Amino acid sequence: MNIVEKILAKAAGRDRVAPGEIVEASIDKAMMNDITGPLAIDAFRKMEGTRVWDRNRLIIVLDHLVPANDAQAANLHRILRVFAREQGLPHFYDVGRGGVCHQIMMERHVQPGEVIVGADSHTCTYGALGAFATGIGSTDTAAVLLTGKLWFKVPKVINLILNGRLRPPVAPKDLILYLIGQLTADGATYMGVEFSGPVVEATSIAGRMTLCNMVVEMGAKNGVVSPDDKTADYLASRGLPATPFLTGDADAQYDQIIEYDVSSLEPMVALPPAVDNVKPITEVETVEIDQALIGSCTNGRLEDLRIAAAILRDRKVKPTVRTLVIPASQEIYAQALKEGLLDVFIQAEALVCNPNCGPCYGGHLGLLAAGETCVSSTNRNFVGRMGSPKANIYLASPATVATSAITGKITDPRTLEA
Amino acid sequence: MEITGRVIKYGNNVNTDVIIPSKYLVYTDPLALAAHAMEGLDPAFATKIAARTIVVAGANFGCGSSREQAPLALKHAGVHCVVADSFARIFYRNAVNIGLPVLECAGVGSAVQDGDALRVNLETGLVEDLSLDLRLTATPVPAFILEIMEKGLIEYIKAKK
Repeated sequence: MNIVEKILAKAAGRDRVAPGEIVEASIDKAMMNDITGPLAIDAFRKMEGTRVWDRNRLIIVLDHLVPANDAQAANLHRILRVFAREQGLPHFYDVGRGGVCHQIMMERHVQPGEVIVGADSHTCTYGALGAFATGIGSTDTAAVLLTGKLWFKVPKVINLILNGRLRPPVAPKDLILYLIGQLTADGATYMGVEFSGPVVEATSIAGRMTLCNMVVEMGAKNGVVSPDDKTADYLASRGLPATPFLTGDADAQYDQIIEYDVSSLEPMVALPPAVDNVKPITEVETVEIDQALIGSCTNGRLEDLRIAAAILRDRKVKPTVRTLVIPASQEIYAQALKEGLLDVFIQAEALVCNPNCGPCYGGHLGLLAAGETCVSSTNRNFVGRMGSPKANIYLASPATVATSAITGKITDPRTLEA
Repeated sequence: MEITGRVIKYGNNVNTDVIIPSKYLVYTDPLALAAHAMEGLDPAFATKIAARTIVVAGANFGCGSSREQAPLALKHAGVHCVVADSFARIFYRNAVNIGLPVLECAGVGSAVQDGDALRVNLETGLVEDLSLDLRLTATPVPAFILEIMEKGLIEYIKAKK
C-alpha cells in the first residue's frame, strides 16, 4: 500500500484498502474557522448534537476576519467563542492567540499518520508532516463533531518524483506553481498527490507545507510527503510527540508516477485569472504593480519572511507600491520581531499586519480597486479574490514578490543587484 | 429522482469565489447568500434563474474554497440541479450534504446549449436534452449518496442515530 492507503486503512480499522473503496475513517483531529465554523455549529445543532465527540480533538481558529472588521464578522466570532466555552474546548485560538489556521495546526496539532479534516480547502497543507489531511465543508464537519467519523473514497494517488535540486532563489513556491501548470487545475481531481525524490528530501517542513498547501489548486484531495528525519527533527524541536510514522511499502502502487528534473526550474508566476495559468518569469511581459503581498498559509512563514527581509534590507519599496507583510502566526510574528525582520520591513516602508488570512481571503486588509494589480505570495488569483473583480492577481514566491515591491513591476529575483 | 428544467450554461473551472464572493460569507441567512449567487461570474444570473433551473457546466465545477455557502447560495437561488463534466470534490460533497442534486456527466458541457430543456435522472444517470433530442449517459449516483442528497446529511444522520 502507498502512504495514503496505509493511513486510511489504519483509520478505518482495516488491514488493507484499495483505491475506489468507500471507508469510514476515525478522525484524529478536526479544524474549523470563523467562516466555516458557524455554519458547522448550526448543522451540529440541527443534527441534535449536544456535546462534540472529543473536545481535545477539535481545533477552532479565528483567522479569516481578524480582528473583526464589522459587526457581522464579530457575530461569527461570537458564535465560535460561545461554542468553545460551552463545549469546554482547550484548543480555541481567539484574536491575538493564534494566526492562520493551517499554520497553527502545523505548529501545535498535526502528527504523522493522522487523519485530519478541516473546514477549509487548504487543510491539505498538513500532509507535509505525513498526515492524511483534506478539506471538507461545514455539514460534513458537523457530522464529525457528532460522530468523530467520516466516509472517504480511497483516492488514487499520483507520485510526483522530483529530481535534481532547486537553485535559490527558486523556491518550493515556484516548484508547486510549475507542477500546477503542468497538471492543470483539475489534473488531480479526487486524487492524492505524493511528493517524493531528492528535491523533497532536501526541502524543509516549511517548504513541504507550501507544496502540499497548493495541491487543492490541481483538484487534489490531499498532498503528502513521507515522514523522515526532517519530520522527526521538526516534531522534536516543537516538543510534539512523534507518533509512529506510516510510510508507503516498497511495492506501493500508484495511479501515475511522474518524474521531473527541476534543476533548471526558473522563478514561476501564475497569471490571472487561474492558478494553472503559469509561466516562467522570463516569459512574463512587463507588469506594473500597485500592491505586493507576502503572507498566507502558503508563504507567511518565518523562512519566507527571512527571504523577503534579505531582499528588502537597506532598500525601500517603490513609492507607487503598497507592500503588505502578514506573518502567518503570532509565533512567527514574535520571532520575526526578535530577529529584526519586522524592522527591515518597516524601514523599507512595507506595512506589517497582524497574523490572519488578510486580503488573500478577500474580506479585508488591503483589498484591490478595479484596474489595480497585486503580486502575491498567496494561493489563488481568481476573479474578485482580493476585492474588485476587475483587479489582477499574480502569484509568485516571496523572493519574487519582495523584488517586485522594490522595482514596481514583476521582477525576477535573480536580476536584483547586490 | 428526476429533474426537468431549462439550462443556464457556464464553462470550465467555475470556482466558489465567483459562485459566492467572499464578502458575502458573513451572512448566515441562506436567502441573503442566494441574492448574490454567481455574482462574480454572471451578473445576469438573478434574472436567468427566474425561468431556468438547471446549471450545466464543463470540468471542475466548484473548484477552490471549501465554502459550503456556494451550493447553499445556488440551491436557495432556485437551482434544482447542477450537471457538469466534473466537479471539484469539496463542492460535490457539500452539494450532496445540503441536498442540492449534482450529477457528473462527461461531455455535457459541450453537448448541451444555454437555454435548452433538460431532463436529468439521478438514479439511471440519463441526461436528455429535449431541445436537441440528445441523450447522454452519466454514471448513476451511488445509492447511499443519493439517499444523502434526497434527505440532506442532517436528516440522514438523525435517521441513523
